[in-house]
Amino acid sequence: MEETLLDIELKEKEEYIINMGPQHPSTHGVLRLEVCLEGEKVKYLRPHCGYIHRGIEKMSEKLTYPQLLHLTDRMDYLSAHINNEAVALCVENAMEVEVSDRVKYIRTILAELTRIASHQLWWSAFGMDLGALTTFFYGLRDREKILDIFEETTGSRLIQSYITPGGLMGDIHPNFQKRTKEFVKYFRKKLPEYDQLLTGNVIFHERTQGIGIMSKEDAIDYGVTGPPGRASGFHCDIRKIAPYSAYPLVKFNQILFTEGDTFHRYLVRIKEMWESLSIIEQLIDNIPPGETMLSLKAIKAPKGEYYQRVETARGELGVYIVSDGGPLPARIHYRTPNFSNLFVLNKIAQGHKIADLVAISGSLDLVIPDIDR
Amino acid sequence: MGIEIKSMEYGDFNDNEALEELKKSGSNVLLSTVDAIINWGRSNSVWPLTFATSCCGIEMMATGGARHDFARFGIEVYRASPRQADVIVVAGTIVRKMAPVLKRLYDQMADPKYVIAMGACAVSGGPFYYNSYSVIRGVDQVIPVDVYIPGCPPRPEALLYGVMQLQRKIQALSMTSEKKQEGKSHRHRAEGKDVITKETSSS
Amino acid sequence: MTREEMTALVRGKFPDVKLGSNKQFPEFIAAPDQIHSLCTALKEDAQTKMDYLFCETAADRKDGFHLVYHLTSSALGHCVMLRTVLTDKAKPEVETVGGIWMAAEFYEREIFDLFGIQFAHHPDLRRIFLDDDWVGYPLRKDYKDSFTLEH
Repeated sequence: MEETLLDIELKEKEEYIINMGPQHPSTHGVLRLEVCLEGEKVKYLRPHCGYIHRGIEKMSEKLTYPQLLHLTDRMDYLSAHINNEAVALCVENAMEVEVSDRVKYIRTILAELTRIASHQLWWSAFGMDLGALTTFFYGLRDREKILDIFEETTGSRLIQSYITPGGLMGDIHPNFQKRTKEFVKYFRKKLPEYDQLLTGNVIFHERTQGIGIMSKEDAIDYGVTGPPGRASGFHCDIRKIAPYSAYPLVKFNQILFTEGDTFHRYLVRIKEMWESLSIIEQLIDNIPPGETMLSLKAIKAPKGEYYQRVETARGELGVYIVSDGGPLPARIHYRTPNFSNLFVLNKIAQGHKIADLVAISGSLDLVIPDIDR
Repeated sequence: MGIEIKSMEYGDFNDNEALEELKKSGSNVLLSTVDAIINWGRSNSVWPLTFATSCCGIEMMATGGARHDFARFGIEVYRASPRQADVIVVAGTIVRKMAPVLKRLYDQMADPKYVIAMGACAVSGGPFYYNSYSVIRGVDQVIPVDVYIPGCPPRPEALLYGVMQLQRKIQALSMTSEKKQEGKSHRHRAEGKDVITKETSSS
Repeated sequence: MTREEMTALVRGKFPDVKLGSNKQFPEFIAAPDQIHSLCTALKEDAQTKMDYLFCETAADRKDGFHLVYHLTSSALGHCVMLRTVLTDKAKPEVETVGGIWMAAEFYEREIFDLFGIQFAHHPDLRRIFLDDDWVGYPLRKDYKDSFTLEH
């Protein structure tokens, strides 16, 4: 039988659109991806966010600075201390006050512990997405040790609100240094297990090498920062570009690669965990004595506009405050890393299969409430 | 009230008056043995739906880790499809854009189904109660809730306590009373408001 | 580049641009119809090379909507802050910079969603966080809602 025109037309219409999410085990939150597929290859995709848009920026216009700090933990909850630090630093720079060295050291140690905890959870979830369920248990087992340290000092495991404009909510627990040193010793022995499980695994290489390549120009154009940006060669670590707290005092390397594929985004985070351990070791024995809270009469930013950049576990967080001189901000805006990291997904996932799409979005490590605020 | 969580006898677990009332309401004697067996089976293998919107989802995942293991309570097998799930643990904030999705997921689940509202945001709107234009003040405005777990976020032990309460509740309900949906929070019907249709005014 | 060199360069190309008072970054205030050419010039000039737009946002102030751009150079490291004031609050409109930096397409969708500022020649201007049929722009100061519980 001859092929009719109808047969030829139908063959080309092999595209169909499917929906991933908002309820989906692999999107790590409520993100809806509208994926246009041809067979199993992705032709293009459109992300739809807003399913966790809580209006934090509008709510913060009716709260004082110490009050709105509590909402910042809930944006990127895996880097809670670093989010708090960003707002605290912005307000302190606006008021032109400087905290004591003790506070700077403690803030940096907590930030690095948070970074390790966040990467441990990312590693657990990434392995689970690819089907390696063991990684879930290994990562969470080690993360519990860090959460114990947080709980002893701040009272809470996940959402702490401990770093506040003026210093810290209270002094650290007497056991803090001892427990942190024990943790560093313990984790140095356990981190090679992560390499044994995934990094050298041939199946893992097949699934991640050469997948989702992002060029350096794309990373800069879309504003992709953090480990995905650094895996593509974009020199974007705020701890090196515009250091804050105790970062000028420590020596550490910025991890940069040029390949920009999923495997190298993975490698950046593993190597960052090693660097964070080294930063903590440099600081933990030398915490100077001092006061942990400045006695400020009122926390009011003077009239003007202020911007603070910090490096969270996922990229560059910016806090932009417009102040009229009172205790409440006139406008506060958070430039969140996940918002910029999300939209590059369309560009880098084209031509790959759906299973690769899951690996790529896992390697971008998106936390959806940070996108929507 | 000395509540000791360690090595607590099941008979000591009687700190919830509403549940005691439910048990006392009594049921048909003939059916009660059948009830007991069926409820034992149901309560010890409640399969949750993978549903986590924000921070409480991480504590739910931590509860599944090796330290606070929820596999020993029977709620280990997370199902991705609502048709195969028994309980939906609403962990995280529900906003107006997500509410119709949550309602659709709940409707797709097969009876008997249960809802646990985990965390302050799901219980009542949490830290986002005042001044937020899009957060729904409590998930019981959208679907009926069985167990409320307060906390921001609740500790893994709190989630396990909530699951144990749900297990007791399942054992207390009998086959005949289930159809009347006793013990579920009906705020979403009682208040007469529908949060799913939008009623905003233009600025 | 230092603040003075940057100011001299920008003033040389665009003499109408005013200087702002920000202490952290050099701040330039341009008219809404000039901001697109200023951005293009800052990106393409070999001395400034501003290829990374790290923040674009808006604020509802008494004299209009202030649209603020924060730029930096990935190679040279200097930062600049640009501002334009849209005085017509009923119909605020400005040219998109999405053609210069891809990141701006998404920042501008968010600004459109929350403030209602129209961006001319934007390839895909639609709401991003709120439902498509939402009425009103929440981050404006005069937004009133029957759903919000005020405190």
